[in-house]
Amino acid sequence: MTIDKDLIAETYSALSSVAAVSEGLLSVGYISSEEISTAIYLAVHLRKPILIEGPAGVGKTDLAQSLSRYLDVPLERLQCYEGLDESKSLYEWKYGKQLLYTQILKDRLNDVVGDAGTIADLTGRLATFEDLFFSHDFLEPRPLLRAMEQTSGSVLLIDEIDKSDEVFEAFLLEVLSDYQVTVPEIGTIKANVPPIVILTSNNVRDLGDALKRRCLHLYIGFPDAAREREIVRARVPDVSDSLLTQLVSFVQDLRTKDLRKRPSISETVDWARTLLLMHADSLDEAMVRKTLNVLLKYESDIEATSNAVGSMARNAASASESKRLPSGYPSLS
Amino acid sequence: MSAERTITDFVRALRSADVKVSTAETLDAVKAVDLVGYEDREFLKTALRSVLAKSEAEKDTYDRLFELFFQRKKKAQSEEATTAEQDTDEDSGEPQNFMDIAESSDEAAIEMALERAGQASGLQDIRFSTQTSYYAQQMLKEMGVREMEAELLVQLQAHTPEGDAEAERMMDARKIMTARAIEFAKQQFEVFGAGATQQFREDFLADKRINEMDRSDMERMKPLIQKLAKRLVSKHSRRKRQKNRGQLDIRKTLRANAGRDGVPFDVHWRQTKKDRPKLVLICDVSGSVARFVRFLLLFLYCVRDVVPDLHTYAFSARLKDVGPYLDTSLDGFESAMERILAEIGWGSTDYGQALSDLQVDHWSKIDRRTTVIVLGDARSNHGDPRIDIFEELAAKTKRIVWLNPEARPLWGTGDSEMLRYFPHCSTVTMLSNLKQLERAIDDVLMHYS
Repeated sequence: MTIDKDLIAETYSALSSVAAVSEGLLSVGYISSEEISTAIYLAVHLRKPILIEGPAGVGKTDLAQSLSRYLDVPLERLQCYEGLDESKSLYEWKYGKQLLYTQILKDRLNDVVGDAGTIADLTGRLATFEDLFFSHDFLEPRPLLRAMEQTSGSVLLIDEIDKSDEVFEAFLLEVLSDYQVTVPEIGTIKANVPPIVILTSNNVRDLGDALKRRCLHLYIGFPDAAREREIVRARVPDVSDSLLTQLVSFVQDLRTKDLRKRPSISETVDWARTLLLMHADSLDEAMVRKTLNVLLKYESDIEATSNAVGSMARNAASASESKRLPSGYPSLS
Repeated sequence: MSAERTITDFVRALRSADVKVSTAETLDAVKAVDLVGYEDREFLKTALRSVLAKSEAEKDTYDRLFELFFQRKKKAQSEEATTAEQDTDEDSGEPQNFMDIAESSDEAAIEMALERAGQASGLQDIRFSTQTSYYAQQMLKEMGVREMEAELLVQLQAHTPEGDAEAERMMDARKIMTARAIEFAKQQFEVFGAGATQQFREDFLADKRINEMDRSDMERMKPLIQKLAKRLVSKHSRRKRQKNRGQLDIRKTLRANAGRDGVPFDVHWRQTKKDRPKLVLICDVSGSVARFVRFLLLFLYCVRDVVPDLHTYAFSARLKDVGPYLDTSLDGFESAMERILAEIGWGSTDYGQALSDLQVDHWSKIDRRTTVIVLGDARSNHGDPRIDIFEELAAKTKRIVWLNPEARPLWGTGDSEMLRYFPHCSTVTMLSNLKQLERAIDDVLMHYS
């Protein structure tokens, strides 16, 4: 089967330029950056998977979800873990159904083979049954196969690929380079419209070169203050401007400290929600102390920062009041 | 210059700086350039970055080289467009007259000529900074300096005032062009050669004998050790599990097949998990060996991710647990090392005493999963080597690996007890350079995978 270029172009026509990608993602609430949009744009037009690396909670998975929402195509998600194999990722035969059907057919078997004269005749008849049992009706498609079978395009998210085994990584190569999978009993199934493939990794282990070579590479790090404000604003619309500025500058400051796990965007969003729930309209030390466990997930991190929290909160609070004079009085102008 | 040529040159520059780019990726890069064009430089940079650079370190190198490479390219490109407009015999590749180039008022035309001469003389192959003047000469030749010099001779031999003036002019032009060619070659070296030189230097360092190193080498060793250690970490960070071997896991199999009336379609086997590496280091920190200890410790603390269970003991006369000293960041390593040497590195070396200290104080930390690494020259000042304790230690542990800084012929000479310890060790290797160290540690970790 040849790939129908027009069909592909039509399916992903919404992603015709980098600006269109950014706007599209924005319309579903994902604040993109130049780099992210460029990678998506290239992925669609070069027909390559994207490998996204970066710390946990910066929106790697969310990017795939937003993309599928925006394009209005199904999202096939494959969560990787140690020991993941083909039967969980690609397909499995419905053994139970096959078993049930053989049980039912057992009684009728005589009717089918009863008048078969020779052995050759008999095996010929049985062979037709075999094909019946190993047909599409008895196939349980898993995410990879489902993504290949979509006729209208899809987003295939292979999440946390670094958690899977090396063997699985090698197995993925066929899928990623040709957008096709092989089921021995049926044949090769090739995607009509190749899915947009997004792989994410948290760098638990280094991925193989062969896999990296086949992918575009995108690193999503912690955002700068402006982008983080936009993201929090999009997720928590009710937060006031001054609180938003303060909390984002506090989190940005916190990331520069030597921590076991630095807070990422998802923690900032959670914290914004928490503060909103507690009716805080500005940061103060007591409030920060009470809610610090939303941002920091290790006891040792909380202890390590507890001394600095007061001054950090004051710094952050003053960040939104830069219009004021150093004396603390509002500017007269 | 065609887009393909530009990209392949850029890829060569990247490869020389240790960014691995395959042919397939080069093709992708060409496609990506077709897609995004040269107009928007930032856009081009982001686009190519996602195609060519596949890790954080590679992205840094990429950013640096992109600026170096395309800054120059842009100049050449914009200027190619203007000259193409002016006259079309540009493309005919007619070599221009040297003096025309040198005295051209058009800065871009000179750049262009340099660019072309550089390409003709194979400047992309430059590997060392010392080659710049050689390549500069080659470039001048390409630009027709020989013809100009012949002309110069004729003018000088004419012995006329006009001829002398003309000759003067030519010599000035040659001087200026030589300087420009050298500058250009230096720039090219930054793009194509600097990475390769770095590589060469690292290879050289890894082979150099540790006791012949001076202070500047030591400084450079640190990043190299980190690099080698990182390679080992990624190699050993996964625990390979043995599958489909040994006994049937009946419980798991029954549970997995409950839905199929207990007919065992899915068979599960008992899996044996491999042990995590457990290392005990015993380091002789007396004068002659101290230097090697520094490298071994630095190396092992860099591979800590795969060896969480690491105990370090140092001795010269008495043995002491130095783990707490080393529990610092990498920056604090040097001062920790100084402290260890100051506190323990005096007194006459006594292997027997050290072994008996180990037996008395730390015997419980050693079990059959432990690999003991001994670093020392086994020169025990004629004291009792306590072979009996060592034998017991060997029976108790998984392996004993002895790293000896001395060459093999010296083992057993003078007060060296190496040959008496030898039969109880799993392996004894000579340790004189970084490569041997890497191999030894690799070997130790290999026994846990």
